[in-house]
Amino acid sequence: MSTAAAGHHEHDHDDHGPAKGWTRWLFTTNHKDIGTLYLWFSLVMFFIGGGMALIIRAELFQPGLQLVDPLFFNSMTTMHALVMIFGVVMPAFVGLANWMIPMMIGGPDMALPRLNNWSFWIMPFAFTLLLSTLFMEGGGPAGGWTLYAPLSLQGPDSFAFVIFAIHFMGISSVMGSINIVATIFNMRAPGMTLMQMPLFVWTWLITAYLLIAVIPVLAGAVTMLLTDRFFGTSFFNAAGGGDPVMYQHIFWFFGHPEVYILILPAFGIISSIIPTFARKPLFGYASMVYATGSIAFLSFIVWAHHMFTVGMPLAGEMFFMFATMMISVPTGVKVFNWIATMWRGSMTFETPMLFAIGFLVMFTIGGLSGLMLAITPADIQYHDTYFVVAHFHYVLVPGAIYSIMAATYYWLPKWTGNMYDEKWGKIHFWVSTVFLNVLFFPMHFVGLAGMPRRIPDYSMQFADWNAVATIGAFGFGFSQLIFVWVVLKCVKGGEKATDEVWEGAEGLEWTVPSPAPYHTFEKPPAQFS
Amino acid sequence: MSLILRVFVAAMLLVSIAACTGNNMPVGVTPISKETYGLHMMIFWVCCAIGAAVFAVMFYSMFMHRKSKGAKPADFHESTLVEIIWTAVPLVILIAVAIPAAKTLIAMEDTSDAEVTIKVTGYQWKWQYEYLDSGISFFSTLDAEHNVARQVGSGVDVSKFDNYLKEVDNPLVLPVGKKIRFLHTSADVIHSWWVPDFAVKKDAIPGFINENWAFIEEEGTYRGKCTELCGRDHGFMPVVVEAVSAEKYDAWVAENSPAKITIADSGAAAGAAVTATADADDDREWQMDELMATGEKVYNQACASCHQVDGKGLAGAFPAIAGSAIATGDHDAHINIVYAGKPGSAMAAFAAQLSNTEIASVLTYQRNAFGNNVGDTIQPSAIKALR
Ligand code: HEC
Ligand SMILES: [Cu+2]
Repeated sequence: MSTAAAGHHEHDHDDHGPAKGWTRWLFTTNHKDIGTLYLWFSLVMFFIGGGMALIIRAELFQPGLQLVDPLFFNSMTTMHALVMIFGVVMPAFVGLANWMIPMMIGGPDMALPRLNNWSFWIMPFAFTLLLSTLFMEGGGPAGGWTLYAPLSLQGPDSFAFVIFAIHFMGISSVMGSINIVATIFNMRAPGMTLMQMPLFVWTWLITAYLLIAVIPVLAGAVTMLLTDRFFGTSFFNAAGGGDPVMYQHIFWFFGHPEVYILILPAFGIISSIIPTFARKPLFGYASMVYATGSIAFLSFIVWAHHMFTVGMPLAGEMFFMFATMMISVPTGVKVFNWIATMWRGSMTFETPMLFAIGFLVMFTIGGLSGLMLAITPADIQYHDTYFVVAHFHYVLVPGAIYSIMAATYYWLPKWTGNMYDEKWGKIHFWVSTVFLNVLFFPMHFVGLAGMPRRIPDYSMQFADWNAVATIGAFGFGFSQLIFVWVVLKCVKGGEKATDEVWEGAEGLEWTVPSPAPYHTFEKPPAQFS
Repeated sequence: MSLILRVFVAAMLLVSIAACTGNNMPVGVTPISKETYGLHMMIFWVCCAIGAAVFAVMFYSMFMHRKSKGAKPADFHESTLVEIIWTAVPLVILIAVAIPAAKTLIAMEDTSDAEVTIKVTGYQWKWQYEYLDSGISFFSTLDAEHNVARQVGSGVDVSKFDNYLKEVDNPLVLPVGKKIRFLHTSADVIHSWWVPDFAVKKDAIPGFINENWAFIEEEGTYRGKCTELCGRDHGFMPVVVEAVSAEKYDAWVAENSPAKITIADSGAAAGAAVTATADADDDREWQMDELMATGEKVYNQACASCHQVDGKGLAGAFPAIAGSAIATGDHDAHINIVYAGKPGSAMAAFAAQLSNTEIASVLTYQRNAFGNNVGDTIQPSAIKALR
């Protein structure tokens, strides 16, 4: 706390607990408090974004339009994505980073605690702004989360709020990332080298650089939309000498690294959990680090695989096809590493491990359909169909979301000092996993059979699988209430957790008491020096 | 272990059955679509094989190496040899897949030596087809009955339609056995013209022209969709192609060229309605009730998706026509916004989409429907004068 305590908050130095009352949360500079805020925020948004998904699935339950106007349907698909990406997955990872990175590297707090407070508190404002557009004249944004010009420019005046909301989220992300980079480089326990850091720290370090590199690109793109829409410029308007496809290039130059921003921290989490429950060290630590680095690098040169139908030159299509296929190599290295870690271990299957294995299986399925999508001629058939929807939901839901749940179950005893209810944790896993596959697997079929994405109504031939998917969606959605209940119950009380919590756990975070005291590692750990 | 194997085999069987019963990519009727299907199945089986191998090892390990079975953790890690192998093997597989994919891609992009050229223009929310060789040009919109059925709360049981949302008023007629080149562009936002059976999908981008091609090998009706989100009625702009023999095609062209069919001629067989006769009608004085009758039809077909059937619009997105200052004000402004559109907004220019009579009728209709009782008419001759 040396930075924050430098001013007049001298008392912060001692072993004091948190401040009393609600202002604790408003003014906190404590990494654990801020981590908690991020995680609760993300959970609330998860239900808001999930509610939107259920509106979408309810309308798609049967052919014909039963419930909503198509324009509102479009704004639901748009908002669902924006909320889930920027409001759920990213804040949850930042929350985990806040909680765990200082404890994992033996540092007392984040390097820039006040910036940290600000990074979080921007988020509720950003999302209030974003969600409020749904109640404005003309409704929320309805041009898809990618905000492609010129469609997004046709939207109502509330579009300006959407753009400002994105700017705020971006500022928050960039500040959070700068903080993470500064923390990792400056706050490590004396003697801890980079190659001794836990993989979660490594993957976050790389993710933070990705964010710092691409969020400004997104900011630029949406600012050009803003001036095109309100100030008469023609960046993306062909009639004024602009180019609508340029928007897509800029957007996906942000968007593809963004995809990895949403999955690299998950890789780190899984790399922490599997060794613990296999009671065996990670098979190839160094190769995992290099694989993460290669994925991050490749993520900058594959963006146009989202655009194989825009009419690129042949050479461009070839390049992006080969580069995209290349990504499956380091991704494969990761999957093989996790399996080799399990191999001849001594495994137990507590809830975090179940979620990690769920991740491993279903992320692999999503990865393999990704490989299919890389094959350009085939992609021309898959593009903008439900096959793509199936693909990215497989990598994001049992991928990113499952990793976040695995992490929550894994570290919850450290955060609260109590064990969660193992039986209900397992029920949560199994119910979610069954419904999730009922929800997303059929989307592969309807997509291949020709159902475009982002449509509120469809032909009879898609009716059966859509009904099935909707049942899965409601089942999956409601089973998340189990998660909330297990977490709340664990926060309130339960069997006391030991400091180590898990038999096979390694790492500095397990050397501090459970629950982790308000300030940890005020004196750095000695084992590295 | 055998349980896992059985579950796995059962799952694969289910997937295969699903794949064989209309839940897979169509093989299609062009050389490219067949090659694409082949690529798709090849990469699909490659993925299945990789998945099967990975999951087999994983599940084996999960059963054999569990603590409850007394497994003691080994302590091996880092093996350069193993790591080289699992980097190199996928690389080799990828190269093996990339070669045929590249070949198909090159063939796909070769639009040279086409015998027929069709320009496809996307509009919110319809397609315009222009036969550049014969001058035929018409719009193709969702079938009127489907359009009624698909409204929110229409109360129509949509399962009674054979091809719900896949039927249009005027299908695109194409010959089999000829290389057909498509030029794609858009009049407003980005659309994407997709016919799965041809493996043709290309974005229609305003201000730019994209191209691709198809060589149809079998006669038949082929259906597709717009696949790029293009606004409120994105889900309701189907593509229907009627592929006929070269002789029938020539006959059809001879019968129809040079024809100009506008969007409101719904229900007419492809190419049957020609506005040439209507053009002669432009100069006469039209009666209010004639204009209102045609106007209502045109309005519901071309304007209602935005301004709504009741003329009330959607607040903030599409202005109401009921009580609109423009639709109840002087003729010039009203004619102009429909004829020339409003750049930068969703309100398109309808000059090229509608005939003089149609524009005059829809304007008259707007002035006198939804409680706008202006009481005057706008005559086709006034529109003709602008051309
Ligand atoms: C794709 C959606 C769309 C379609 C289809 C459409 N309009 Fe519009 N229309 C608009 C929008 C948006 C505006 C507002 C333009 C502006 O002022 O920015 C508008 C404005 C108008 C206005 C002026 C209303 C006012 O009070 O400002 C008239 C009149 C009009 N349209 C007539 C028509 C007619 C006639 C048709 C059918 C032939 C039609 N529109 C089809 C979107 C549409
Ligand atoms: Cu479209």
